[in-house]
Amino acid sequence: MSLDLLTYIFIGGSFALYIGIAIWARAGSTKEFYVAGGGVPPVANGMATAADWMSAASFISLAGIVSFIGRDGAAYLMGWTGGYVLLAMLLAPYLRKFGKFTVPDFVGDRYYSSTARTIAVICTIVISFTYVAGQMRGVGIVFSRYLHVDIETGVVVGMVIVFFYAVLGGMKGITYTQVAQYCVLILAFMVPAIFLSMQVTGHFLPQTGLGATLDSGKSVLTTLNELSVELGFAEYTQGNKTTIDMFFMTAALMCGTAGLPHVIVRFFTVPRVKDARVSAGWALIFIAILYTTVPAVAGFGRVNLIETINGQDNTGVEYTQMPAWFKNWEESGLIAWTDKNGDGKVFYSAGNAFENGKPSFIEGTGDHGERLTANPTANSSEVYVDRDIMVLANPEIANLPDWVIALVAAGAVAAALSTAAGLLLVISTSIAHDLMKKTINPNITDKQELRYARLAAIVAIIIAGYFGINPPGFVAQVVALAFGLAASSVFPVIIMGIFSTRMNTQGAVAGMIVGLVSTIAYIVYFKFMGGTADQWFFGISPEGFGTVGMILNFVVAMTVATLTPAPPQEIQHIIEDIRIPRGAAEAQVH
Amino acid sequence: MSVQNESARSYWRENIRIIMTYMVIWFAASYGCGILFVEELDQIQFFGFPLGFWFAQQGAIYIFIGLIWAYVFSMNRLDEKYDVHE
Repeated sequence: MSLDLLTYIFIGGSFALYIGIAIWARAGSTKEFYVAGGGVPPVANGMATAADWMSAASFISLAGIVSFIGRDGAAYLMGWTGGYVLLAMLLAPYLRKFGKFTVPDFVGDRYYSSTARTIAVICTIVISFTYVAGQMRGVGIVFSRYLHVDIETGVVVGMVIVFFYAVLGGMKGITYTQVAQYCVLILAFMVPAIFLSMQVTGHFLPQTGLGATLDSGKSVLTTLNELSVELGFAEYTQGNKTTIDMFFMTAALMCGTAGLPHVIVRFFTVPRVKDARVSAGWALIFIAILYTTVPAVAGFGRVNLIETINGQDNTGVEYTQMPAWFKNWEESGLIAWTDKNGDGKVFYSAGNAFENGKPSFIEGTGDHGERLTANPTANSSEVYVDRDIMVLANPEIANLPDWVIALVAAGAVAAALSTAAGLLLVISTSIAHDLMKKTINPNITDKQELRYARLAAIVAIIIAGYFGINPPGFVAQVVALAFGLAASSVFPVIIMGIFSTRMNTQGAVAGMIVGLVSTIAYIVYFKFMGGTADQWFFGISPEGFGTVGMILNFVVAMTVATLTPAPPQEIQHIIEDIRIPRGAAEAQVH
Repeated sequence: MSVQNESARSYWRENIRIIMTYMVIWFAASYGCGILFVEELDQIQFFGFPLGFWFAQQGAIYIFIGLIWAYVFSMNRLDEKYDVHE
């Protein structure tokens, strides 16, 4: 059976499963559409949270990033897991006790102000859009490879599927579908990782395999360091980013994780406060299975990639001898080769092979059948490999059986779809529930509200698709920006709303505006207006600036709050009430 | 009413103390071992990994899991102690 057919069967089969579950658990009421009736058990909720959480960025892109930047990839690994500690201890239990549908609900009620609610809605929408754009690119990469089309067409195919998928069910449908998606994606990630680990080191667990000693007598990491240095890269286990940038970036990703609306909303779906804490614990276990495997996949993948492209003797391999995956990805435009020294051999080394870091393809093929490019650089590096293909290409590079390759494709689609669906739900909820019903027109019926929700989802998919085709970075980096926005806007006002009885409307509104605006301005300047790295504020990259925005948010909010009147008595009672677990079940009926 | 308030306040104080303790460990494991002191720890070998690198890419995550579950158990005990559990 051909690989393509096998891939279609795996992706098609997993789809049939998700759609079956979505129909079976179809949302009837608006409440079920948003929060699954509050009756999801913690283990299932943890699994669904993990699926919601582990997106195209975690599944497709993370190992690629770690593989190419080595130790610095830790900012993503620690950032995207450490946030759950904050979530479990500082947010989830209290928000569950508060017992509303959404983050803007909390902000609006806690700060007794529709202005605060509206700003929270805007923050939620901006964050979710940035995040969903990253997912669409991930979906596009998968479809472009397996349908043998350009990435643009791949994104469009992805948009159509996400649309049917997300608009069909609500939260309840999504929760149980996401449990299934978690199983598919974790299997798809672990099976090739275990194969790779067995093949390279003989260790069953990839986690310990990365520390193993090879037949050559050197450890995997030493081998990797030597290979990297030989080709002009920095040592794999050494960092390139400055300590301050690592620090700020990790903090932005952690606090952003805790402030992401589509993750927070998960903790409204458990029956009791106690279950909210337990849910976070389960979620992190399920997430950590993948995250602790990522460094191993990244390391093995890098060794295999270099050895396949450059050959055992590290001098390059004839283009005509390149395996099928190399040419398949070239077809998708995510690998490119230009024969700079005219020897017909593909050679990979440090430095950008193409101007601006990316190849721009032109019509026609070269002497060896390669796609022609318009912008090769003068250095000796001949190959461009898009980081985002690492996980998908890994099993092919390692010559794993075809069914493993097909499984990985199904897993990647599951990862991107589950997160995209969760995010679209948050966007449509924010617009239909928080904006239309709670702010603009409280008289609309449930049915109209659902209609607005679906309409909002359609608009969201179209805009997300545009950014998926024209992304300002790699999947994980686009997503990292969403975290910066969450850390600088939503996270501080929720924390202050719970831990300070003195924080008032004026403080929260000022804090959110300052945090969001400063972070957006920084990102726009450096990502779209041509700002350069030497202009970075204290050497902090746009991905890490969310932490600065967050600090500004806290400082401005607290200063403004001390200069303005304390919140009314009944608000202070609400705060005291959410700090005590008892009574969460009653709070839910409203 | 005042007895109840007093009890609620000391429940909250104990909660904050537990959170603070775990946050210190959280910070030390990730920002401490994984970022600030990573070079120093890299001098030590740990199952084939430089220790700092291991903390940055795996160790911190295991500690995070331990922390959440420790918090879950501490809070369950505290909720019972103050009779605020459900």
